[in-house]
Amino acid sequence: MEKLSKSSKLYLALVFVILYAPILFLVFYSFNSGGTMTNFKSFTLEHYIAVFEDTRLLTILINTVVVALLSALISTMIGTLGAIGIVSMRNRKLRNTVLSLNNILIVSPDVIIGASFLILFTMVGVKLGFTSVLLAHVAFSIPIVVIMVLPKLQEMSSSLIDAALDLGATRRDILTRVILPYIKPGIFAGFFLALTYSLDDFAVTFFVTGNGFSTLSVEIYSMARAGVSLTVNAISGLVFFVTMLLVLGYYFVTNRSRGASGTGGRK
Amino acid sequence: MKSLVRATVVILLVCGLLMYAASVMDQTSGKSGKDVLTIYNWGEYIDTDLIKQFEKETGIHVIYETFDSNEAMMTKIEQGGTSYDISMPSEYTIEQMKERDLLLPIDYKQIPNIKNIDPDFLDLDFDQDNKFSVPYFWGTVGIVYNTAILDGQNFDSWDDLWDPSLKGKVILVDSAREVLGVSLNSMGKSLNSTDSKELKAATDKLIKMAPNVKAIIGDEVTQLMVNGDASVALTWSGQAADMMFENEDLTYNVPNEGSNLWFDNMVIPKTSKNVEGAHKFINFMLDAEVAAQNADYVGYSTPNKAALKLMDPEVVNDERYYPSKEVRDNLHVYKNLGKEKIGEYNELFLKFKMSIR
Amino acid sequence: MRNKRNSPFALIPYYVWIALFVIAPIILVAYYSLLDLNGNFTIANYQNFFTGVYLKMTLSSFWYAFLITLFSLLVSYPAAYLITKTKHKQLWLILIIIPSWINLLLKTYAFIGIFGMSGPINSFLKTIGIPQQQILFTDFSFVFVAVYIFIPFMILPIFNSLDKLNPALIYAARDLGASRLTTFRRVILPLTMNGVKSGIQAVFIPALSLFMITRLIAGNRVITLGTAIEQQFLVTQNWGMGSTIAVFLILFMFIIMLFTGQKEKGATQYGKAK
Repeated sequence: MEKLSKSSKLYLALVFVILYAPILFLVFYSFNSGGTMTNFKSFTLEHYIAVFEDTRLLTILINTVVVALLSALISTMIGTLGAIGIVSMRNRKLRNTVLSLNNILIVSPDVIIGASFLILFTMVGVKLGFTSVLLAHVAFSIPIVVIMVLPKLQEMSSSLIDAALDLGATRRDILTRVILPYIKPGIFAGFFLALTYSLDDFAVTFFVTGNGFSTLSVEIYSMARAGVSLTVNAISGLVFFVTMLLVLGYYFVTNRSRGASGTGGRK
Repeated sequence: MKSLVRATVVILLVCGLLMYAASVMDQTSGKSGKDVLTIYNWGEYIDTDLIKQFEKETGIHVIYETFDSNEAMMTKIEQGGTSYDISMPSEYTIEQMKERDLLLPIDYKQIPNIKNIDPDFLDLDFDQDNKFSVPYFWGTVGIVYNTAILDGQNFDSWDDLWDPSLKGKVILVDSAREVLGVSLNSMGKSLNSTDSKELKAATDKLIKMAPNVKAIIGDEVTQLMVNGDASVALTWSGQAADMMFENEDLTYNVPNEGSNLWFDNMVIPKTSKNVEGAHKFINFMLDAEVAAQNADYVGYSTPNKAALKLMDPEVVNDERYYPSKEVRDNLHVYKNLGKEKIGEYNELFLKFKMSIR
Repeated sequence: MRNKRNSPFALIPYYVWIALFVIAPIILVAYYSLLDLNGNFTIANYQNFFTGVYLKMTLSSFWYAFLITLFSLLVSYPAAYLITKTKHKQLWLILIIIPSWINLLLKTYAFIGIFGMSGPINSFLKTIGIPQQQILFTDFSFVFVAVYIFIPFMILPIFNSLDKLNPALIYAARDLGASRLTTFRRVILPLTMNGVKSGIQAVFIPALSLFMITRLIAGNRVITLGTAIEQQFLVTQNWGMGSTIAVFLILFMFIIMLFTGQKEKGATQYGKAK
């Protein structure tokens, strides 16, 4: 592996600094006793204490995370299978049509998705709340998973599958032993982007939620009129640190055990 | 494949754990109907301690949900699928909700505390005899400006916003009726004008203001004014109060030509499953002490005259927050102009927005 | 490719999804686009779209979406490339995505603070002797924040395709005397084109319908089709006009898909499965 040059390192560092700058800004002001994101008065932990006293906010946080994880998981499964199906279509026209249909939800503005899902759910009689939000999130995450998985599938050499077939593999074997391992990076990418979509979504969730079920985004948006409280900054800061810890921890633990067993190489 | 299966299992386990934790924290489970009251309100628009107090006093468990715009809230209620017992729409939305038959009439036998409300705020055009709504907060539309930056200006007239010295300084709210209202007011026309010629003339006058416009935004204006990033903005009195609290250089004025007077009222949507509880809640919120505490927390003007006696006299006697009767007579409440006219206002507003650059 | 991978049962959920959450909403949108405010059938919405205001808005939407996509690509491609060269590339990749898990509205508020007159950028400028700049509510700030939002969506697919690139190909090209630039242009770029196309699709199309930051960061000096739809649905409550703009947005998307569609020839050229 060639070493990165100084300028390359500098470039990457700059990208990361910009990506994290607004988050550090938020976290910085979460310690502000002044109560707003301007004019830092003095250091305080009151907003962090407030987070743990506010069970409603904590419940909302848990809702947000559960919906994000579950919807990302389900949409990754459906989307991956869908992508495999699309690639194996022989009719080019049909394939392009399905692909275009796939992308419609990515282009559609959230309000339209939200409003049409609301009409759909109330027509079918789904009770608004956890189920409807989860269904909606799965629905708008599927296309991004497909988009992430497709390039990997297209790059996959058919000789791999032919070889497997010649060796007497069943269709099931081909899926679980050949295709899935090969497109795994695409699957993970799809999962993480689905997670991102879900965590960020406001408009769709707003329309399809109800009966007291809420997510962090909906809560933050509706605070805008009277001003977002720094408790939200504090909770975002906490989420950020826990996520970082988990990711770094998980990465180094798995990496070390892998290094010890001597397999190395890619995940 | 193994790692995919493992990741799936881990995610499911984590979700299970979190959901268990949530169910431990949530006390609603097992309660329904009469024991539960669902409130649908703007975010940060109530002191949540009061909800806890209400729960303690009545034994009713409150589910609290928030919305970010009148229109979105109405869409949710109209489509059904949920059962909100209380909501706090603005006056023009109340008119629309009445029209669409989305509200339940209020039984004042169950609300003795209505006596605390200043009669000036009762029986207004948008809801005669307050059949469907009870006042919650009220306010005006005016100009907030930074006296340290704009020395010597007082914005007694809307026309001051056209002053060439304000080039690239004025911030407007992203709302068609407020912005066209500036122009209509400055021409001495009604805020509720439905005359297309008048509206067109108002838009043409607005377009002349375009060079002065720095941005057309929403609630973010608070941060900008407090920072000193912006020096003059069209805004609502409640928001102006927030800004002035943070930055002493700021002050608020309602120009002499008149302006808008707005209300957010409590209503009981037709979907309510706990009408009795909803009445209890409204009565609770009208209690003098409760209303005073709430007004203190939210920072908007309360219509509760009994509560005013319990509040900081410095706030209550401040004409900027609580304008006198004479000033209020010059203010006008929005009427529901019907979808077509609202559409026209918005198309003209869009035309104005496209002219800024 | 023989039709061997296709197991019909596994695809059922995907087709159900298309039917319920794609086709049904499209029909709804198309239906609403033909209704006026009172629910009567009309084509007035379409006529209205072709009046000056909406056409102008469409053009400016495309222009900004183009700028946003271009800059996202220019920033992301080198970044993705460099990440594939790092030691812990998977970790760095996740670190690119994590910032997007923090609520967008909050980050936007942070940007308002950062770009503000008393924000860190202006105080930095002041210390090096440059007068304060109005950064907020300019084209620059709008494109900057939009690119910020879309970077992960661009980096991921490009990273994926770069990561699979066989280094032997590059060494071979270099051994045959190709310069760095030629190697990039003739070997690396064509082989990662699918990733780039996925990235463009994941950025350009949503950029057309960006809404919130047009107000918060651009102060409504930029109005996209998304903003207009938002307004029609939530403020004017003219679902008919909102749906009409949405119909055009969907049409534009089909056209863009045609342009960035995966070409059969390009793929087989490198011995890829089709």
